[in-house]
Amino acid sequence: MRHATSIVGLGVFSFLAILAAAFAHDNAFANHMWVLAIVLVISVIVLLRRENFQRAAPVDPSAYMDGPVRYGVIATMFWAVVGLLVGVVVALQLTYPALNIEPWFNFGRMRPLHTSGVIFAFCGNALICTSLYVVQRTSRARLFGGDLAWFVFWGYQLFIVMAATGYLLGISESREYAEPEWYIDIWLTIVWVAYLVVFLGTIVKRKEPHIYVANWFYLAFIVTVAMLHLVNNLSMPVSFLGSKSYSAFSGVQDALTQWWYGHNAVGFFLTAGFLGMMYYFVPKQANRPVYSYRLSIIHFWALIFLYIWAGPHHLHFTALPDWAQTLGMVFSIMLWMPSWGGMINGLMTLSGAWDKLRTDPIIRMMVAAIAFYGMSTFEGPMMSIKTVNSLSHYTDWTIGHVHSGALGWNGLIAFAALYYMVPKLWARERLYSMRMVSWHLWLATLGIVVYAAVMWVSGIQQGLMWREHDEQGFLVYSFVESVAALHPYYLIRSLGGALFLSGALLMAFNITMTILGYQRDEAPIGGALPAPQPAE
Amino acid sequence: MALMDKHAIIERNATLLLIGSLLVVTIGGIVEIAPLFYLQNTIEKVEGMRPYTPLELAGRNIYVREGCYVCHSQMIRPFRDEVERYGHYSLAAESMYDHPFQWGSKRTGPDLARVGERYSNEWHAQHLADPKSVVPESIMPSYAFLKSTPLQINDLSAHLTANAGVGVPYSQEMIDAAVEDAKTQSTPDADTTAFDARYPKAKSGDFDGDPQALTEMDALVAYLQMLGTLVDFKTYDETGGDR
Repeated sequence: MRHATSIVGLGVFSFLAILAAAFAHDNAFANHMWVLAIVLVISVIVLLRRENFQRAAPVDPSAYMDGPVRYGVIATMFWAVVGLLVGVVVALQLTYPALNIEPWFNFGRMRPLHTSGVIFAFCGNALICTSLYVVQRTSRARLFGGDLAWFVFWGYQLFIVMAATGYLLGISESREYAEPEWYIDIWLTIVWVAYLVVFLGTIVKRKEPHIYVANWFYLAFIVTVAMLHLVNNLSMPVSFLGSKSYSAFSGVQDALTQWWYGHNAVGFFLTAGFLGMMYYFVPKQANRPVYSYRLSIIHFWALIFLYIWAGPHHLHFTALPDWAQTLGMVFSIMLWMPSWGGMINGLMTLSGAWDKLRTDPIIRMMVAAIAFYGMSTFEGPMMSIKTVNSLSHYTDWTIGHVHSGALGWNGLIAFAALYYMVPKLWARERLYSMRMVSWHLWLATLGIVVYAAVMWVSGIQQGLMWREHDEQGFLVYSFVESVAALHPYYLIRSLGGALFLSGALLMAFNITMTILGYQRDEAPIGGALPAPQPAE
Repeated sequence: MALMDKHAIIERNATLLLIGSLLVVTIGGIVEIAPLFYLQNTIEKVEGMRPYTPLELAGRNIYVREGCYVCHSQMIRPFRDEVERYGHYSLAAESMYDHPFQWGSKRTGPDLARVGERYSNEWHAQHLADPKSVVPESIMPSYAFLKSTPLQINDLSAHLTANAGVGVPYSQEMIDAAVEDAKTQSTPDADTTAFDARYPKAKSGDFDGDPQALTEMDALVAYLQMLGTLVDFKTYDETGGDR
């Protein structure tokens, strides 16, 4: 009866969900509770079918608990494809508006599906599964809390499914990257606390005297995201059986709270956590120690201290008081230094192993990721300068910036980590195909370059068209002329996204074949040093 | 370096690392956000701001639900081109009753902070149902379903109560009359004396072109038509708004 508690618990919650649907205050909530009930009932059925009544084999307390990590790898891969696919769809909706299907698949509901799909579903799963992989190995300890890690994994998937279906049903708080409504927020809080307990508990029972640097970053990420999530989602539900809530803050205070959250979703979810990934997988794959221990100390504390201040640069020239805007700008520019500290520490870890760039596509992917990290953490501070921001804000330039960071840095480093972990987690000698990894890298890089370059042109053109005056002092362009002018760029942008997606599909195939135990018969990647020839 | 050697203490103690990181990440938020709640000059003194009517609030909730903020900002910056295109730059006071704010971050479509009274109700209903029919180059999705979806009004009092709970000055009278007020505002030629007293300068009438039915289109258009129309800029003292 291994699943007895889960089955009973899920059964009770299915029943409660049906009750909630029956007594719902509004239609959207009723529909959402039906979705929840169906998901829970399916889980009960799956667990019942998998139940067996033999005594479970005793758990070896010295072995690593990799079950949730393996599931996490598959979830990461799955959500990466879904998130990117929705990205291509919304890009095409902007190009060909006929692709909007009202009401559920209109752009306004699909766009949060894309952003949350990539940030929380893909990157979130990548963070959870790599952090659970890394913390066990760097602590030489099994995960703390037994089956709690399974709760974290499945609880997080439930959060994703509820958030995603909520958006399509029209359930949204309209806070960017924090759109899920109050009851989904409460659920995420429970899952996140469990995640903190598993992670911190494993660190506490470690057999290594020192906490490895990757774990500092993972820990800071988990703790800070908890703080941001709790404060930004403070709200007043209209009814405890309804989907709608009103934010605890209003207007200007609400705006800064949201962008304090929003920017640090980037700073901690997509940066600190992913730096943790970099600090474990780059040294492992390169087989070299981290370049500088001191640099890692300085840039860790500087990064987490400075990032929190940068939020107001999303609100330049708005009704936010000037002092707050200026403070945000100054700290954003300072942030450039610890960001590049991390980039240098990552890149220089390859000292003495640069030759591996010729033979190892995974190292190549990591180097490309770190390079994109450096590029976007330079571009970000530059865009936070008020003068630059007056042109770039509200335009596609911001979209381009986000994508060079998310696709280039987060995407590539997460893909590289997956390629590193999969053969080890499933005890395979090697990946199905190294050449496909190389293809993946080039498709992805080309996709990002196309995407970012086209959004620069589009964003700057858009900004310049809006502010163009003629000799008599009249505005030259109506707004809609700027919309029409961007059509070709939107088409090319979709192409860039599709290239990146095709790389991810290749990865999904490659990893699936590796898990199934196949090895592609292929020539090794060339580029080894030619044998020295004696002089004649 | 001696200081660096001391770092080993933190590296060996998970509790210290946890508390240290948490302290370091709280500072920025406290310094930047907390003062906004008590500095008097954060929100300008203006004439004319009032809470949303129940119908406008319902319309605003549709705006939020459909993710309009994804493509439309409601925040005019103090630049020559923006002021010429959209009107007076936005004040903090204008979103003081906005839970949540809808300033937006992207202009795939134009700013809407002062779209109120710029177009007719018919234009809005037509545009929302089929954007290309009035703006051929538009890439906005169609929202024709709003016209055929009846507006849920039986819970409007609960919505006003929730807003009052987070600080919007809705009186008990307003809360009690919420459903009635929504009907009054959307009915042409209704007796609006009591309604006008509660919500000065609110516009009433038929918004979606169908006087028989109260639809989501009525609510959304009522909301769009009041955007940016409340503050009386004739009495606004620019110098007092310096922050």
